[in-house]
Amino acid sequence: MDKQILAVIAVDPAKVGGGAPIFYARNKDELSEIALLISRVFGAAVHDLNNDVMIIVKH
Amino acid sequence: MKYIVTLGIATLAGFLARLYMLRRDYRQYPSYPQGWAIHLFLGFIGGSIGAVIVPAVLEGDYSAISFLLLAASQFREVRNVERQTLSSMEATEMVKRGTAYIEGIARVFEARNYLAIWVALSVAIASELLVSIGWWRVGVSAVVGAILAMVLVKLMQGDQICDIAAVELSEIKFDGGLVIIEETVMMNVGLPKSRKVYEERALAGIIRPNGPNAKATLANLGQMQAIAHDISSMIGVYMDVGEQEFIPMVRRNPSTGSLHVLMVPSERDEDAFLAAIRRVPVLEGAIRKPLTSEAGKMID
Repeated sequence: MDKQILAVIAVDPAKVGGGAPIFYARNKDELSEIALLISRVFGAAVHDLNNDVMIIVKH
Repeated sequence: MKYIVTLGIATLAGFLARLYMLRRDYRQYPSYPQGWAIHLFLGFIGGSIGAVIVPAVLEGDYSAISFLLLAASQFREVRNVERQTLSSMEATEMVKRGTAYIEGIARVFEARNYLAIWVALSVAIASELLVSIGWWRVGVSAVVGAILAMVLVKLMQGDQICDIAAVELSEIKFDGGLVIIEETVMMNVGLPKSRKVYEERALAGIIRPNGPNAKATLANLGQMQAIAHDISSMIGVYMDVGEQEFIPMVRRNPSTGSLHVLMVPSERDEDAFLAAIRRVPVLEGAIRKPLTSEAGKMID
């Protein structure tokens, strides 16, 4: 597969669900902090869905 | 032994022609010195093949000519070797060359050996035709070879982006995580930290094609990747391994056919950025000429 969601990070548990690993953050700051750490582990890009949900995508 | 002068100067001419065609520029390809040694030796072989053909014809030794032509076909291997080398090195490139660029480079290297053969052949012919003027023929045939080499190199030179398009700077706009150049969304940068880097250091350019032919050429994915690779090898990228969000982006605006280039250079210099884009070669395999077709003319 070409692109793949490696992880989903969210503040509101009601907004996310499904197959990819999900990480919950307490607030926006923690959200981007977790996203940064995970993206560096995988060498992947972080995309902001603008609803306090971020996804880590391997391109 | 009566052909020794012809053989000598023609082989040397083929070798020198290959040397003249080897250029060391920002790409550092072929690499120096090993890559050079390989190609100069191939040029020497090519030159000697071109040189030997003339005495073989004069002596009526047609089986020798057949073998020489067979030997010349071995140069096809050069393309395979170049392709394999570049493809296996692709994994070590921060910004990929792309298969189209690799094909282009491989083709050029094969073609240059044939040019060396042509130069050697022309020098050998000139030298044998002018056998009556004694040692003067060495000088005259050297001139013939030099002129042919220069003409061939001139003819083989491809276009650069500045020949088919206008390049200008553009402004970068942000909408949440989206990075936008002239209404075209380039990418989604999620991290606030990375967004800050984009705001401070990124440069954006627009490549506007000069016509339908240029538009079709620029639409080639290989050409787009080549632009990304070449500008990053010329002015450097601000990224580390695994930082995918800083990879140079080339996107196409479907309504105008222009290309939008977004990158975070290691040094923020607008003029250098534009000069780098203008100097990117137009890949031979990407060139399209829709205007030569009936349907293409009707649209224009």
